[in-house]
Amino acid sequence: MEQIQKKVIVSLKDIFLRYDGEVILNHINLDIHEKEFVTILGPSGCGKTTTLRIIGGFTEPESGDVIFDGKRINGLPPHKRNVNTVFQKYSLFPHLNVFDNVAFGLKLKKVPKDEIKRKVLKMLAIVDLKGYEKRSVAHLSGGQQQRVAIARALVCDPEIILLDEPLGALDLKLRKSMQLELKEIQQQTKKTFIYVTHDQEEALTMSDRVVVMNNGVIEQIGTPEDIYNEPVNAFVADFIGEANILNGMMMGDCRVRILGKELTCVDKGFGTNTPVDVVIRPEDVIITTPENGQLTGVVENVTFKGVHYEMSVRVGKCEILVHSTDSAEIGSEVGLRVIPFNIQIMNKLLPIQSNTVETVVTYASEEEQTFEFELEGETVTVNKKYIPQGSRVRIHLPFDALSITGKGDGDLKDVYIESVVYKGEHNEIILESDTRKWLMLSDTDEQVATYVPLYFDFSKASFEILPEPQAEEGA
Amino acid sequence: MKSRKLSIPYIIWMLVFTMIPIVMIGVTAFRDKNGGFSLEPFQKAFGYSNVFLKSLLIAFLSTLICLVLAYPLAYLLTKMRHSTQQTVQMILMIPMWMNFLLRIYAWVILLQKNGPLDTALSILGIHGSYIGNTAAVIVGMVYEYLPFMVLPIFTVMSKIDHNLIEAAQDLGSNSAAVFRKVIFPLSVSQYLGGTDDIMIGDVIDKIFWTDQNVGSAISLVLMIFIFVFLVLMNLFGDEEAIA
Repeated sequence: MEQIQKKVIVSLKDIFLRYDGEVILNHINLDIHEKEFVTILGPSGCGKTTTLRIIGGFTEPESGDVIFDGKRINGLPPHKRNVNTVFQKYSLFPHLNVFDNVAFGLKLKKVPKDEIKRKVLKMLAIVDLKGYEKRSVAHLSGGQQQRVAIARALVCDPEIILLDEPLGALDLKLRKSMQLELKEIQQQTKKTFIYVTHDQEEALTMSDRVVVMNNGVIEQIGTPEDIYNEPVNAFVADFIGEANILNGMMMGDCRVRILGKELTCVDKGFGTNTPVDVVIRPEDVIITTPENGQLTGVVENVTFKGVHYEMSVRVGKCEILVHSTDSAEIGSEVGLRVIPFNIQIMNKLLPIQSNTVETVVTYASEEEQTFEFELEGETVTVNKKYIPQGSRVRIHLPFDALSITGKGDGDLKDVYIESVVYKGEHNEIILESDTRKWLMLSDTDEQVATYVPLYFDFSKASFEILPEPQAEEGA
Repeated sequence: MKSRKLSIPYIIWMLVFTMIPIVMIGVTAFRDKNGGFSLEPFQKAFGYSNVFLKSLLIAFLSTLICLVLAYPLAYLLTKMRHSTQQTVQMILMIPMWMNFLLRIYAWVILLQKNGPLDTALSILGIHGSYIGNTAAVIVGMVYEYLPFMVLPIFTVMSKIDHNLIEAAQDLGSNSAAVFRKVIFPLSVSQYLGGTDDIMIGDVIDKIFWTDQNVGSAISLVLMIFIFVFLVLMNLFGDEEAIA
């Protein structure tokens, strides 16, 4: 066991953190091994930078343990941790030149002068900045400043280097070359790198392991291949690479029904008649003649991408993205095939049939055909429907009865957009309010990790009056 | 182009109350008591150079004491919660809403014979008046100019990027080292206030009653000094530092 399992250098155990009442990290558990390049990947506001700051000692968790090399280090200030950070905006000291910036940490450690000089010059050579010692940091380009920041952290010889979106401010070409350089530096120096980014390509290129986060929780931890080929849910599949994510129904082991056809897959244990999410990567869809296809559709769009053609094929109401080296005519009918191994089955992010609300009517008027109920401290008015005051009622709101655009403040003022996944036909949006989650459909793209008002269209809802003694039925 | 008509009252005001008096001082400084041209007032003016030097010394000492008091206070201020910051700023500002003379008279009352300081010290057997000496003047000046020292230093300090402080901590600095290696070097900017016109101003005031010509000459010399200082500050300081 010891030979294959690497030593855990830092470990987060059940980390929980709130800020202004909002949950930022919701019971995070994470082990990071020695000499590993780990990337924490997620959309902005998912808690990835906070996780890094907890390891660095700049933020203290509300509960949970930070274990470093077997010792609990909660409360230990940053300067006593054997960890150095490359900050998002470099944070170079403007009053010091390149040499003194890099030497900053060593001088504090009272390293002898000639040794400082030797180490700093060696480190500047590693980051390709030989001869820049006397330059003012203000007169360096973004890429050079970035390398000074990396050298400044590395020269202190810490166990772990934390990198907070260090390439975010660089242009695409420079970013690509810096990605490779960083990976090289990591292999050369044999340090543990913990890297935070929202760029999935960056994560796949550099990492030994990727940690995918969303809304304060870790969705998946795995090698880049695992994350890409075996995403655990629609969020990960959507966030990493391009994907067709479809609603499916498990008919039994290795049998899944999508777009009205039953296909063979390799996943077992989901039960029978279970709604699931199905992921098919665009490069795994094979274009063939209509007779040979498992599915048939009409080509709607063809774009030449250099290495391949990107095609959008309409199957029924649903749009399937295909990457193929062969092109097809726009408007022609084609067959689509996918080998069973390339159909990835995942549990639904939010396994509900409709949004249900169980409540008591607080006000009703038969004359005006209206009633009101309380929801998370706000009063919601239902028009064109009368249910007597005091009745217990269960309201079923189908996914299309919810909307985040409308007049006024909304029935619920601030709901959090947790995820937006395109399902070939609509976007499936998961919203989080104070006490629960909601699922809605939308044709427009929405920005995750933002707050929006939520509106209910009760004309699409169905109402069920519950018997007076408390009914113990599941929603 | 915008109309300049609106500035006419201001120009008239400046002309009557600033420009004409300056010209008058200029003219008077080169006359003797009988109204003829003379350099005698200047000769007499330099007879007061010891007062002039003392003024400079007091200004220098007051500035130094202000700096010693204001710098740590400004630093502490940056570390406080926002609400506390505002309260402390208010406490510093409120006295400035009062008339200068009233504030100085408050000090006279505090320091005079049988005043609070005298009463407190008499418990230890020390009696006396604490006004009318250089120390009292310096106390008054420090009191007067402390807010003008604290607030700009505080502004400079709170502009220091917090990420730099975190970077310094990250590289192994405890709070003393953060201060020594980052906050201090970044906040030392050329802030030197001009507080050197009160003492010699006193002399001018007195002399003017007896000899207008000599008073004018001293005024002119003083004006030239202040002008030179302003030019120097413009040369060496950046605009933000001259608050």
